[in-house]
Amino acid sequence: MKERHVPSQALSPPSRPIKEFLFQFSCFSRCVIVSVKMATSASASLSKTIKQQYMELPQGDKVQAMYIWVDGTGEGLRCKTRTLDFEPKSIKELPEWNFDGSSTYQAEGSNSDMYLIPAAMFRDPFRKDPNKLVLCEVQKYNRKPAETNLRIKCSKLMEMVADQHPWFGMEQEYTILGTDGHPFGWPSNGFPGPQGPYYCGVGADKAYGRDIVEAHYRACLYAGVNICGTNAEVMPAQWEFQIGLCEGIDMGDHLWVARFILHRVCEDFGVVASFDPKPIPGNWNGAGCHTNFSTKEMREEDGLKAIEDAIEKLGKRHEYHIRAYDPKGGLDNARRLTGRHETSNIHEFSAGVANRGASIRIPRSVGQEKRGYFEDRRPSANCDPYSVTEALIRTCLLNEEGEEPTDY
Amino acid sequence: MATSASSKLSKAVKQQYMDLPQGEKVQAMYIWIDGTGEGLRCKTKTLDFEPKSIDDLPEWNFDGSSTHQSEGSNSDMYLIPAVMFRDPFRKDPNKLVLCEVLKYNRKPAETNLRRSCKRIMRMVENHHPWFGMEQEYTILGTDGHPFGWPSNGFPGPQGPYYCGVGADKAYGRDIVEAHYRACLYAGVQICGTNAEVMPAQWEFQVGPCEGINMGDHLWVARFILHRVCEDFGVVVSFDPKPISGNWNGAGCHTNFSTKEMREEGGLRVIEDSIERLAKRHMYHIQAYDPKGGLDNARRLTGHHETSNIDEFSAGVANRSASIRIPRSVGHEKSGYFEDRRPSANCDPYMVTEALVRTCLLREEGSEPTDYNK
Repeated sequence: MKERHVPSQALSPPSRPIKEFLFQFSCFSRCVIVSVKMATSASASLSKTIKQQYMELPQGDKVQAMYIWVDGTGEGLRCKTRTLDFEPKSIKELPEWNFDGSSTYQAEGSNSDMYLIPAAMFRDPFRKDPNKLVLCEVQKYNRKPAETNLRIKCSKLMEMVADQHPWFGMEQEYTILGTDGHPFGWPSNGFPGPQGPYYCGVGADKAYGRDIVEAHYRACLYAGVNICGTNAEVMPAQWEFQIGLCEGIDMGDHLWVARFILHRVCEDFGVVASFDPKPIPGNWNGAGCHTNFSTKEMREEDGLKAIEDAIEKLGKRHEYHIRAYDPKGGLDNARRLTGRHETSNIHEFSAGVANRGASIRIPRSVGQEKRGYFEDRRPSANCDPYSVTEALIRTCLLNEEGEEPTDY
Repeated sequence: MATSASSKLSKAVKQQYMDLPQGEKVQAMYIWIDGTGEGLRCKTKTLDFEPKSIDDLPEWNFDGSSTHQSEGSNSDMYLIPAVMFRDPFRKDPNKLVLCEVLKYNRKPAETNLRRSCKRIMRMVENHHPWFGMEQEYTILGTDGHPFGWPSNGFPGPQGPYYCGVGADKAYGRDIVEAHYRACLYAGVQICGTNAEVMPAQWEFQVGPCEGINMGDHLWVARFILHRVCEDFGVVVSFDPKPISGNWNGAGCHTNFSTKEMREEGGLRVIEDSIERLAKRHMYHIQAYDPKGGLDNARRLTGHHETSNIDEFSAGVANRSASIRIPRSVGHEKSGYFEDRRPSANCDPYMVTEALVRTCLLREEGSEPTDYNK
């Protein structure tokens, strides 16, 4: 008998002995399901009314700029804030900063200063105008890029192919977890019913945590992130948002900031967003970051030929791309790309029209109109979008071959 | 969850009352440091006018026998307004008024370290000493356990929390956000915040402040933090080592520069100051926490990005040294340096005074010079 678990709404009032039991926990007296409370953070229980009163205080001419960067893991995001005496109008107005790299897996304690170089600025949906989110590149003490600063190289390569106008759209899948590490809304010591009813589903027994998705969508729109859609995914508590159309370096910038916003939104709700590519082993979908790609040539009449050319080149360089498509050189994706659950097998390259079991899928509409774009389904949910978009440019536009990227 | 009973009181009801107009009456909350040298106290009086400057505010008094500051038989102590700020809790036109405390005989109370600091700062005015202090603190539940930590255990080891984001990394961000805004409103010179290495530990920075302003702004920022935490039903601790073992302590790294250090070739002056500080390590250690070094002894172990309390050291970009010269300063050959020794519960008047005495007034030896003689 499938257990019906409805985490997202309150039950009818509990019976008297339970009432008294709950009354003992005065902190939970307004909350009904203790198990749900336990999987959300203590912070989420702090009064948001109080917080709102403080956030409404005028701030004069002071502006808060939250600097964001990718840490030494290549997946984690960090942030800290500084006060400015003016509202920055462009990225150029934002000063360089520094941080303690020994606390972010990026440096030794004896030589730990690392530099933050502002790269892209967005409105702050948490503190609101005039405050800003500032995505930064990281440099080591000697001004060389930090190991996980993949933006700098991506940026240079995008400049090299600027006249081909490479457009990207990335479909970011993710799973919402409780603070206990278990998927949000799943029974604490078990599993929901098998996959089938959840993809794009509606209803408390189908969609787990929609509030997060809704909040994130609005926050991204406010911030100026190019979010173009959302949907519930195949596994319950799994969702997807899409970022694009973005040209060149913007793809990586917008996706990283969208991820940051998701982490902050989840933090406010007291849950955790995971970009792990296979959070639950077994007959449960993994999480990817399907990357849609096109150039001016592909978008024009008969562009299908340019698409097929690109796919041929990709077919000869599968291993190089697999290494670029997750932060562990392919090890993370190995748990996900099994050939089942709408993935291709990690060891084989394949392509096909409307084929979701292939490495590359050409949408049916593109096959019919003989132009458009194609979808690379290999990148992992925790990929670095700079690494992914750079790899596509190198292989398809700069015609590189072989195991190693060319050093220009 | 260990949040206070007060925090469960209806904030909607409170808001209805706070929205009541107050005519021409103004509430002035007088704030002072109590006999522990760490604790803050406050009480409010109604004024018939909005004070425009500190001179408009009258002296007041309080019962020092209830704040560890005097005996019951002779307990009146004086509150002398020193600095005024906007009140972020009651909002305009109401004020927060930081005060100095005088004993019954008009001499400064034992923990009134502002008096002496002000004199020293006046002596070195033309050096334009600037300070920035990095106040670390830990959020605790009312049960005394760090906020968000499992009640009968520990979170995962340090690593992911510094500047972290996410419910599994950042514990209590609401407090930090509320405090930041409240300080901006009040006119406190808050210049940044970040999550710290231990979960539920945070930092805010106040500065750059010249002279006596450093102590004033930091004490008011601390008061605001206590009030914000009280509203949320949690507690802020400035204890320098709240959790023993492999968990970071809490400091108050103090950045310092003079006009000379900020100008071209200032690095030479910085190095000169560091040499003087090296010869006076024990005097500074005594000045850098309210218990003459005993509190810091639990924190300055040489691990967890601290220097060892028994040894003085300095280095560029070295977070295990007593003094760290930022890398950018090393490159530009001018700027400031960071004294990493002060404890989170230090008195900023005492810290800034010690730095000025050693570096600018060129004092030596384990005792401060008495300039009255």
